[in-house]
Amino acid sequence: MSFTFRHLLGTEALTRDEITFLLEQSRAFQGIQQQPLKKLATLRGKSAVLAFFETSTRTRISFTTAAARLGADTMNLQAESSSTQKGESLVDTVRTLEAMKPDVIVIRHAASGAPHFVAKRLGIPVINAGDGLHEHPTQGLLDALTISDRLGRLDDLNVTIVGDIRHSRVARSNIHLLSKFGCRITLCGPAMWLPPEMAGMAPNLRIEPRLDEALRGANVVMVLRVQTERLREPSLPAEEYIRLYQMTPARLALARADAMLMHPGPMIRGLEIDPAVADSPQSCVLEQVTNGVAVRMAILYLLTATAPGGAAAQAG
Amino acid sequence: MLLIHNGRVVDPERAFDGPADVLIEGEKIARVGPKLDAPGAERFDAKGLIVAPGFIDLHCHLREPGNEPAETIESGTRAAARGGFTAVCCMPNTQPVNDNASVTRFILDRAAATAAVRVWPIGAASHGSQGEGLAEFAAMKEAGIVAVTDDGKPIATAKLLRHVMEYARSLGLPVIEHSEDASLFAGGVMREGPTSVRLGLRGVPAAAESICVARDVQVCTLTGARLHVAHMSAKESLELVREAKRRGLPVTCEVTPHHFTLTDEDVVYDARYKMNPPLASRDDRDALLAGLADGSVDAIATDHAPHTQASKEVEFDRAPFGVTGFETALGLALEALVHSGRAPLARLVELFTAGPAHVLGKKRQIAPGEVADLTLFSTDHRWTFRAADSASKSRNTPFDGREFRGGPMATIVGGRIVWRREN
Repeated sequence: MSFTFRHLLGTEALTRDEITFLLEQSRAFQGIQQQPLKKLATLRGKSAVLAFFETSTRTRISFTTAAARLGADTMNLQAESSSTQKGESLVDTVRTLEAMKPDVIVIRHAASGAPHFVAKRLGIPVINAGDGLHEHPTQGLLDALTISDRLGRLDDLNVTIVGDIRHSRVARSNIHLLSKFGCRITLCGPAMWLPPEMAGMAPNLRIEPRLDEALRGANVVMVLRVQTERLREPSLPAEEYIRLYQMTPARLALARADAMLMHPGPMIRGLEIDPAVADSPQSCVLEQVTNGVAVRMAILYLLTATAPGGAAAQAG
Repeated sequence: MLLIHNGRVVDPERAFDGPADVLIEGEKIARVGPKLDAPGAERFDAKGLIVAPGFIDLHCHLREPGNEPAETIESGTRAAARGGFTAVCCMPNTQPVNDNASVTRFILDRAAATAAVRVWPIGAASHGSQGEGLAEFAAMKEAGIVAVTDDGKPIATAKLLRHVMEYARSLGLPVIEHSEDASLFAGGVMREGPTSVRLGLRGVPAAAESICVARDVQVCTLTGARLHVAHMSAKESLELVREAKRRGLPVTCEVTPHHFTLTDEDVVYDARYKMNPPLASRDDRDALLAGLADGSVDAIATDHAPHTQASKEVEFDRAPFGVTGFETALGLALEALVHSGRAPLARLVELFTAGPAHVLGKKRQIAPGEVADLTLFSTDHRWTFRAADSASKSRNTPFDGREFRGGPMATIVGGRIVWRREN
């Protein structure tokens, strides 16, 4: 089976078969992470622009690492130093970057839909590295890879996502992806961060504001970061959040004994997660990070090396 | 002399609908009747066309003075003429704001020199539309305004609204409200609902509008001033207006073609679908259509809001609110109301003529002695709207490429044909 991917903008538009294919491709790159010499020459001569209009450390480093291990060069744009601060429009900025003839552009942006907007206007593949409150598809894929590594399957799992669902692009990408495998997803969090409309986003989706109920029978527990800096609504006192939603050993024990615990990071110990849970054998947080590099290698590889006619031809 | 013959005259004000000729002498209508004889008159064959009183748009932004790259009084009114409008009411949120008689006079002077159709300015309710002191209503009225509003935002507080309404009432000016609760709106870019949640765009609940409409109706009760709710988008707002009308309050409202045509489901990160109020739910859209048909809604208004390509071609979050609307309004109304069977043609004509005229305390009819402002249109001419061919300087419309059945064929202002469709 093979697919041609023009862009990676979200998991919503991907089919189950496409996701399975992307995960298989990622597995090929997982092994390389274990080698003493990790660098391939697969994308030698190719280059990727990492256009981060919103600050990010881990995702940017993960993409940089992925590109480096494939032998591709990266060009960095960071919001703080970018021309957008001088009033240049997003279109002009990305067209300028495109004129330097990269083979792919990776975009992180605070505005939902910004990568879609860019993809319509550029001739090179666009990878969404997180757009506003919308999607973070490589995170969804690396989470899926981690789940399938640990549990041996993606199908028919009970997945509970806890936290600030409303503002979470990680939640959205996971909901779209996992629901395609028949997972029963339970969303749990404070009511103002859990709009009832979210229940309609995918089949088998359930909203359960009581954490104890939400955790019962879960195969996978995803704890989201409490992204206080992105909230415009009046925020909840941290003590209240901790009281009702912090993932503690006692709460995690309500899930299945073999349940895996995930967190997209960065993790704030003592707020959304008890340190004992973060460091427990159930925690997969570091596997997620390692898998992130493999997934991003696969995406970069598929978008730049196998696109029909080659990315360079499209850009011309 | 101009004789419009062979047409079907639809005049809701006089409850007339039938074949009739209209003879125009100078700027006025001289005679209306069957098979008029007017030797020597220029003749306009209106066979197969509807001859309606001149359309009035209660709500548009002509951007002059201050944002001429987006629109001017000249370009905007040429687009209005192509839309069948013979008079357009321009909102005061120009730069400078139309909050004093010198700006009103500037607009009317520019209109006299360049406009294709009549321009009826609306004055600001508060100084600079900043929500503090009152603007100069009396001086602006003398200069030519037809209403007051702080459009773009609501009149800031109930107390200010009370003073605006009391004073406007004493001068016979209607108060037009952009009803929106600022705290609920804060930061929103589209209507809150399943689509906003899926797209991760900040949502504005319908209640942001209806809460403010409720306040406005209460202040109307307190003052007795004429209240007109602009660009109404929510079912709950319509219910409040219906209830106010039942109680005999002087409350009217308008709905835009984009709100009765599109819904929030059409929004896909394309700023051509970004306007304020934002596109509402299917339920709201259907309620608005019912209100247009049953008489609860008084007028169709375009909220024509031109923006330059550069300002709109940005991230959805950053784009300004607003879409152009003059040239597609009638085609969309025909589609939504008449071809769908929701309302008779006379009702549609009323929504563009007598309805908005009454909001302003005017009449709009085809009768001897009336000014010869007429809109001639077809109900079945097939055409395609191309934004690139628009007379507006801006292209920010969600209806580019839309195919229409029926639309404007000629626009007559003061006895003069200011636009007619070629081919």
